[in-house]
Amino acid sequence: MAIDAATVRRVAHLARIKTPEDRLEPLAAELNGILAWIEQLNEVDVTGVEPMTSNVAQPMRLRDDVVTDGNKVADVLGNAPRSADGFFVVPKVVE
Amino acid sequence: MSDLTQLTLRAALDGLKARDFSSEEITRAFVANIDAANPRLNAFVVQTTDKALAMARASDARLAKGEGRALEGAPLGIKDLFCTDGVQTTAGSNMLRGFVPPYESTVTANLWRDGAVMLGKLNMDEFAMGSSNETSAFGPVVNPWKSSASNADLTPGGSSGGSASAVAGDLCLAATASDTGGSIRQPAAFTGTVGMKPTYGRASRFGMVAFASSLDQAGPITKTVEDAAILLRSMCSYDAKDATSLDVETPDWTQSLGKSVKGLRIGVPKEYVVDGMPAEIQALWDQGIEWLKAAGCEIVPISLPHTKYALPAYYIIAPAEASSNLARYDGMRFGHRAEGTTSLTDLYETSRAEGFGKEVQRRLTIGAYVLSAGFYDAYYVRALKVRRRIAMDFDAVWDKVDAIVTPSTPSAAFALGDKQIDPLQMYLNDIFTVTANLAGLPGISVPAGLDKGGLPLGLQVIGKALDEATVFQVASALEDAAGFVAKPEKWW
Amino acid sequence: MVSMTDNTKLIQGRTGPWEIVMGLEIHAQVASKAKLFSGAAVGFGAGPNEQVSLVDAGFPGMLPTLNKYCVEQAVRTGLGLNAQINRRSQFDRKNYFYPDLPTGYQISQLYFPIVGEGVVEVEAEDGSFFNVGIERLHLEQDAGKLIHDLSPTESYVDLNRAGTALMEIVSRPDIRSPEEAVAYVKKIRTILIYLGTCDGDMEKGNLRADVNVSVCREGQYAKYKATGDFSHLGTRCEIKNVNSFRFISQAINYEARRQIEILEDGGKIDQETRLYDPTAGETRSMRSKEEAMDYRYFPDPDLLPLELEQAWIDDIKASLPELPDAKRRRLMADYGLSQYDAVVLISEQAKADYFEAAAKGRDAKLVSNWVTNEVSARLAADGKDFSENPLPAAHVAQLVELIETNVISSKIAKQVFDLVWSGEGSPAEVVEKHGLKQVTDTGAIEKAIDEIIAANPDKAAGVAEKPQSLGWFVGQVMKATGGKANPAAVNDILKAKLGL
Repeated sequence: MAIDAATVRRVAHLARIKTPEDRLEPLAAELNGILAWIEQLNEVDVTGVEPMTSNVAQPMRLRDDVVTDGNKVADVLGNAPRSADGFFVVPKVVE
Repeated sequence: MSDLTQLTLRAALDGLKARDFSSEEITRAFVANIDAANPRLNAFVVQTTDKALAMARASDARLAKGEGRALEGAPLGIKDLFCTDGVQTTAGSNMLRGFVPPYESTVTANLWRDGAVMLGKLNMDEFAMGSSNETSAFGPVVNPWKSSASNADLTPGGSSGGSASAVAGDLCLAATASDTGGSIRQPAAFTGTVGMKPTYGRASRFGMVAFASSLDQAGPITKTVEDAAILLRSMCSYDAKDATSLDVETPDWTQSLGKSVKGLRIGVPKEYVVDGMPAEIQALWDQGIEWLKAAGCEIVPISLPHTKYALPAYYIIAPAEASSNLARYDGMRFGHRAEGTTSLTDLYETSRAEGFGKEVQRRLTIGAYVLSAGFYDAYYVRALKVRRRIAMDFDAVWDKVDAIVTPSTPSAAFALGDKQIDPLQMYLNDIFTVTANLAGLPGISVPAGLDKGGLPLGLQVIGKALDEATVFQVASALEDAAGFVAKPEKWW
Repeated sequence: MVSMTDNTKLIQGRTGPWEIVMGLEIHAQVASKAKLFSGAAVGFGAGPNEQVSLVDAGFPGMLPTLNKYCVEQAVRTGLGLNAQINRRSQFDRKNYFYPDLPTGYQISQLYFPIVGEGVVEVEAEDGSFFNVGIERLHLEQDAGKLIHDLSPTESYVDLNRAGTALMEIVSRPDIRSPEEAVAYVKKIRTILIYLGTCDGDMEKGNLRADVNVSVCREGQYAKYKATGDFSHLGTRCEIKNVNSFRFISQAINYEARRQIEILEDGGKIDQETRLYDPTAGETRSMRSKEEAMDYRYFPDPDLLPLELEQAWIDDIKASLPELPDAKRRRLMADYGLSQYDAVVLISEQAKADYFEAAAKGRDAKLVSNWVTNEVSARLAADGKDFSENPLPAAHVAQLVELIETNVISSKIAKQVFDLVWSGEGSPAEVVEKHGLKQVTDTGAIEKAIDEIIAANPDKAAGVAEKPQSLGWFVGQVMKATGGKANPAAVNDILKAKLGL
């Protein structure tokens, strides 16, 4: 599953990381190196093995439906690059 | 009085309790050490001296009334991965430069609850992605140790390089750290300190900047095994704010220290003998086995057949989780926002390209790739299945052994800049540590000897889930046998 | 079910008839106090970002914890949809960047939803029923809100809604016309309101639908149904967030026509997400084509699998109210109501309850008529529904009783109702106060009739040849008695006196 420049461009966009055109080929080479090393996982027989998503064997605890949080607009906006009138402000979004 | 900053945490706590010295005194001594060393070691990214002195004075008042708590008055360093209320928290990234959380991580809140004093925030690899501290936006941390063969600056390891360097260089009594693939144990091994990663779920992840949620676990870096037992106890707690936190009692692990290891069965996995491993590492490992045998342990050769697949599986799982965990850094609500962009997409892409360093970008790209349509099953799901195989390997030996002993790292500390060119070489640093993360097991690195250049080497003890007690017991036996007392020369 | 080839479902194009096929994704906001994964309040009308926790805003190190009540409502709804409850489910992250999505991923359930397959019976307008298969119901987080009109150059973000619990109910492509789509959404809405799991308020956006529309040539749907092979169907477009019954119908009509025109011109449908613009009355593409969506779903590592005890599910099941279908059947069986009447009554739970409270021991059909006509009309005029009904059911019962026992006539009853509605008291009190009792005293009626016959001898004589003029006499008698004479008695006595 070799990665080419076009794939790097697509994936970098998925990850929203601006990648200059002249970086695509070197990145592709780097990623191919890493992926080739990762390919050794194909040697492992995983038939009948459940994917392991967590180390925690317990089921999930649930919390009660009680309002315990909120009303902290100053905290919520305190680190915002831009905010106004209680809102975060972002560049115009065109739908 | 002798140099307070060379005390162990245990000795300092005893001295504080006995009022041999005040918290303010020891705090000032550390502040002076930091001021002197930090320009060279670069271990601290933020010093909170005023806060430290205020906390120290409050501790002194409590100690005066005989109301000292478990860590009363002990000056600690905090890895910059733990959010600290009102104190800049960056996770070593330009993305979060200037970010001041209005909240406290559970782990650090536990420390302040127990009376600890915060000296400042410790440098680290950006978002904990790195094994040499060279990915930090604040520049690499320098290891206090130097090889007798060269005057080159060495890496303290990573990602908790600031924590390891600060503890080794007597810039704090002990430090918090975190471990996703080896980020506590590898730097501990590189700096002659003790680094303990507990069972996944022991320490709350609430308020810890996430790298890979299913692997991240907090733990201490300390001067001794006993210090690690003390600090870990304060760090751990059941936390309803973390769905993966384990609802279990946190025992007093100091009870396990010095206990005879006679009759304990120690596993030695044959798969941990890797190609190109320096003879000194093998020799250290053999020495460790001999020590334990001499102490009455039964040595059991074991096989953990999927060990070699742990790193490749890790380099799918961790980047995949990271690619999602780090999506929140988009320049909208906090963190870096690029100037002069032309569209929303441009803003996202430029902010993230500017805010994240090269290694983080590399891993986010890999992560997005392995989760993308058409590759999810081939890479991600397969890696999760291999992860289960690795966990099953361990499950299969626990009826034969009580703990496993391995080297902590495949080498001693290397020079800064040495492995920057090839990411794969860098990734191999975690070859012995990463299995414990994938399986969620407790692991500790104990300094056990020096290489021919006079650099520290560590041995790792891995135990069953929630059986930190045995891990500490074995680690304590190794520590006693090794009698490791070497300290780096203060060349700065 | 209406037959597959029913011509009313076909759309005539230039080149021949087409069929529409639709599957709906209904997003129903769980009626909880706090959000799905944070303790911030759920609600409407708070100031910007007031109902936001740092978890909702995706701050570093913040972690989700699951609201038990929301889980319970999802199970409750699943049971109400006759669906499989999955005792083990899992939360996944759906990854995409958007300013209303603080973490860069939505926590949802792709691989193992909490509720699996079910089926809903829906009444069509003609009184027939059709089944819509439910594919799944899963829990997920809502996003925040972007406000575009506060600045010409920037968008404002309010995260109050971010993290609110939604139940996404995904139907099979079993819906075949705009009318069926509307009827289906109405039915789901009614069930949700009965269950109390969602308030169904579409104006506030608490219930909204994404409509997947495709068109195919006549007969293709039957092939899909026979084989389960989706390739028999056309490429679908998803119309996002349609939030009124009227818009659902309009959007589908527009979209089906649009697709048919493209296909008939030899074009091809692009699978895409579209937005319905009610002002323009058209759908338009929402996201640019280069933006091929790759959501990179994977299990959320901050959460553990959700495991439910069978006993807990059983307890929820035992606490379910009678649902609309069961209620409809029972109203028909117990009260002898027509399907039509029963369907009208169950459309609102409070209406059905009101009916039952009034119908005890009374003529049920008559009670049903009063409830579905007069009472409903008055409430509608006041912009209220049955849960806000000021008129006690006992008043309707008493009114019907007065009619049944011939104390008042049906005609007078309308007058009585007006006075009762305007607050003059109970029907009995109103009848008493205004002297509206029906005259059943035959002596009084006879007297009135005698006087009218005496005053109109010619007319009386002519009745034998012109029997239809009896009506004139009835009218005169009613007029003379102020409308209170019992109409049956008037008729009988008149006939006797006039020799008919």
